[in-house]
Amino acid sequence: MSEKLMVEGRTGPWEVIIGLEVHAQVISEAKLFSGASTAFGAAPNSQVSLVDAAMPGMLPVINRRCVEQAVRTGLALGAEINLMSVFDRKNYFYPDLPAGYQISQFSRPIVGAGTIHLDLPDGATRAVGVTRLHLEQDAGKSIHDRDPSATLVDLNRSGIALMEIVSEPDLRSAEEAGAYMRKLRSILRYIGTCDGNMAEGSMRCDANVSVRRPGESLGTRTETKNLNSVRFLMRAIDYEVQRQIAVLEDGGRIVQETRLFDSARGETRPMRSKEEAHDYRYFPDPDLLPLRLDADWVAAIEATLPELPDAKKARFMADYDLSAYDAGVLVAERANADYFEAVAKGRDAKLAANWVISELFGLLNKAGKSVLDTPVSAAALGGLVDLIGDGTISGRIAKDVFAEMFESGKDAATIIAEKGLEQVSDAGAIEKIADQIIAANPGQVAQYEKNPKVIGWFVGQIMKATRGQANPGVVNQVLLKKLGG
Amino acid sequence: MTAPTELTIAEARDALAKGDLSARDLAEAHIKAIEAARDLNAFITETPERALADAEAADARRAKGEPAGALDGIPLAIKDLFCTEGVMTSAGSRILDGFVPPYESTITANLWRAGAGLLGKTNLDEFAMGSSNVTSYAGPVVNPWRRAGDNRPLVPGGSSGGSAAAVAARIALGAIGTDTGGSIRQPAAFCGIVGLKPTYGRCSRWGTVVFASSLDQAGPMTRSVRDAAIMLGAMAGPDARDSTCVDVPVPDYEAGLDAGVKGLRVGIPAEYRIDGTPGEIVALWEQGVAWLREQGAEIVDISLPHTSYALPTYYIVAPAEASSNLSRYDGVKFGLRVPSDDLAEMYEKTRAAGFGDEVKRRVLIGAYVLSAGYYDAYYLKAQRLRTLIAGDFRAAFEGVDVVLTPTAPSAAFAVGEKTDDPIAMYLNDVFTVPASLAGLPAISVPAGLSGDGPPLGLHLIGRPFDEATMLRAAAAIERAAAFSARPGGLGS
Amino acid sequence: MAIDKTTVAAIARLARIDVPEADRARLAGELSHILTWVEQLAEVDTEGVPPMTSVVEVALPMRDDVVSDGGYPDKVLANAPARDDGFFVVPKVVE
Repeated sequence: MSEKLMVEGRTGPWEVIIGLEVHAQVISEAKLFSGASTAFGAAPNSQVSLVDAAMPGMLPVINRRCVEQAVRTGLALGAEINLMSVFDRKNYFYPDLPAGYQISQFSRPIVGAGTIHLDLPDGATRAVGVTRLHLEQDAGKSIHDRDPSATLVDLNRSGIALMEIVSEPDLRSAEEAGAYMRKLRSILRYIGTCDGNMAEGSMRCDANVSVRRPGESLGTRTETKNLNSVRFLMRAIDYEVQRQIAVLEDGGRIVQETRLFDSARGETRPMRSKEEAHDYRYFPDPDLLPLRLDADWVAAIEATLPELPDAKKARFMADYDLSAYDAGVLVAERANADYFEAVAKGRDAKLAANWVISELFGLLNKAGKSVLDTPVSAAALGGLVDLIGDGTISGRIAKDVFAEMFESGKDAATIIAEKGLEQVSDAGAIEKIADQIIAANPGQVAQYEKNPKVIGWFVGQIMKATRGQANPGVVNQVLLKKLGG
Repeated sequence: MTAPTELTIAEARDALAKGDLSARDLAEAHIKAIEAARDLNAFITETPERALADAEAADARRAKGEPAGALDGIPLAIKDLFCTEGVMTSAGSRILDGFVPPYESTITANLWRAGAGLLGKTNLDEFAMGSSNVTSYAGPVVNPWRRAGDNRPLVPGGSSGGSAAAVAARIALGAIGTDTGGSIRQPAAFCGIVGLKPTYGRCSRWGTVVFASSLDQAGPMTRSVRDAAIMLGAMAGPDARDSTCVDVPVPDYEAGLDAGVKGLRVGIPAEYRIDGTPGEIVALWEQGVAWLREQGAEIVDISLPHTSYALPTYYIVAPAEASSNLSRYDGVKFGLRVPSDDLAEMYEKTRAAGFGDEVKRRVLIGAYVLSAGYYDAYYLKAQRLRTLIAGDFRAAFEGVDVVLTPTAPSAAFAVGEKTDDPIAMYLNDVFTVPASLAGLPAISVPAGLSGDGPPLGLHLIGRPFDEATMLRAAAAIERAAAFSARPGGLGS
Repeated sequence: MAIDKTTVAAIARLARIDVPEADRARLAGELSHILTWVEQLAEVDTEGVPPMTSVVEVALPMRDDVVSDGGYPDKVLANAPARDDGFFVVPKVVE
């Protein structure tokens, strides 16, 4: 493996082995096994059915859409869809688990092995394995900090469908782990099966980390939970890697344990004995039957998949001649890619890409907006690009026009007309101004004869005189002619 | 005119239709009878006001000329395992202390929709675990039957002991119970009444406190086969809230009841001839064979080779499922809580105080057989045995239409007998458990009396969803047996 | 299979049922007795026999994705031994 991924310890290089377990909340109206709502932010216990509360005699009935969403996700990961899968009970006691068991899938998950392609900084990609994806119930929320002597329990989240997506231990660095999460999140948002909002908890990540000297067998791994941003994931991994290396180089052993990430300190620490080694006593849930999917039904879902990020990126690079980097930035969010294509259609794609990435995204980020609520529509931006293309305005002026479009919502033509910003391309007019400046500045002319770069001063003067609206190409031509170059 | 409490449901239905008596008459008579029979401890919660209100509503409907439901005006006793909205439901356990369900089980909702009335919630073995109704937190139920010349109270069987005793003692026109390994059929046999366990998936389990998910079924307990047919018709049907409830049409179970058994092939399984079974039970079984043969049935010897493994299979599968199903009783959301500052201690003390000994034993066995390292040898092994046992029946049913066996290996025993060894208690279900494991419908019909006096039952097992054929055979046995004995104990 | 007091304590812990020290030996005896009895299943050759996955031979019914339940917090909390301001209350959990 690549040596540049090794981490240098005190006694030599170490290889880092990372596997990620992601819990992604499924986009659906109702819960996995109950008809209660999944909407975020409701009053406590107001989105809880008798089934969610595990009242005596309550029984689960599965939500077809949640199954569909899991299949859709599996297909988007290029994974095996298991036409027969089984729901198992995972038995343990915790206040936010009202039945004392979670309905999950253990030995026969709905989705098998798949792949995620990492986009690496140098434009390369690397394929990483996904081991499996299964459906399971989310737990409720335990609130520990409202009352000093009690824990409060809200079951609204209890029973919402989760997809647990497990990667192979193929990741070799925090950066790769970050790239995995970003790509996975992008795919899930593309296909509409999860909104990927880590801050709100609709996508959660646990990191399994171990280290080993090159050539040796796998080291003991720890599991770090509670990672609700990609930044925290990467920092936690870095910390954990350093910690493990230090322990091992000092002759110690790694304890297989669950740890939490303390984002304030940037450290991981062991979870205070939540459980001894769990014995979940998995067995098939006798209130349910095996889930058998029809191959035609799966094929119909596959037919509804949109063009996915990797394919779209490849197409953008091929059809629009974009760099891997630019294409990658544009396809990360489907809405952005669609916006770009609307601007690029029938226009200079590279120019369009530049405007979208450098100008539009910049202003959107500052304003806390996205292409979904952009004040400048793709059509409007396209209009601006057209006006640059046909020489009506220069690129420099266009930036000012764009800022005004963003602010006011007016289109480019209106703003240019109102402010009289048309580019001056008339050679005669520019020659007149050039003559005036040359005549008034013999000293600069002399400087120019010694140093051709001084032409820039003349350009600047003409721009000042024309309020920046002179066509730079024409200005250069005229000056070279007049100054002799 | 027969006393209202001596009627069958079918007779009461006719009397109500003719106007010979009102639903209110029926309710009042039973309320009085219940009061007089409190020594039986058959009821945990009596609901006389509700019974009267239901009866008045039934009478009002009839007065308006509205079409009568299948059980209109019939007062019933309901095993305290069915959640009844607004009426305390205990499952015979301290851990459900004070629990008043804010919802109605599908089965009882079906009964109320058919016009029936609620007399009260009957006593049961705690969480339906037992075959003698001695494990209830509400105390044991007494069988209205006694042994001749012996004053000792007898057990009514279990777990639906309260329902069985109530029907036998004529303090309810009919009752419902649940059957997991024999909990309707065995107490029916011990109390001299009819008890029917439908095919697994015939009746909804929604709102019924769960013991073992893949085995539990609700069923009627009545004084005649016709009554069982009437009640089953009202109880059965699909329920979208229960994934294991099958959407199969509910036939008219009364139709064809008296069609007889000419040409019916009745299987007699060799493996049910068990060493040590009392002679009178074997004799009754042979008598049953003769009765059916006399009525034109064809008797066929069959083999169900894995029969002897059914009980141990059951005592792995049922506790395993129960151990998980009972995890929700944790003192957090309902029922008993033993307070503590420490959560783990709260769980442990609550469940220790809330569960009785038999429940604890089964939950611990269940946790053990599912635990890491033991799952394959116990739980998985038992599930494979289950496939074999079901396979035995499937093969047999290619050559027969029903199977005839005894219901129980003894008549009702005295309270206090058989309590030293849990396995001795488990053996009460030796004849009933195999049909449960295979999900097949089965029925116990009172067929005779033991030498000491208490009743004995015969047991028929049918094909999946073919309760109609099984009921037809049961009616034939009922006709031939002409069982008219009544308990000499309380309630006359 | 004979199980001892330590095993009883471990299973009791798994099942969250307090079994006082004084009761463990008796319970160990009872459970061992039952386990030994059920172990006779080992006599049966089940090679190639699939475990019973469902008693009823039907497809798992699926429901439509509509909100059809919930929205009654009072009912959900009605039987709670301890509640506060819409929440269930339990002894403090230390994470």
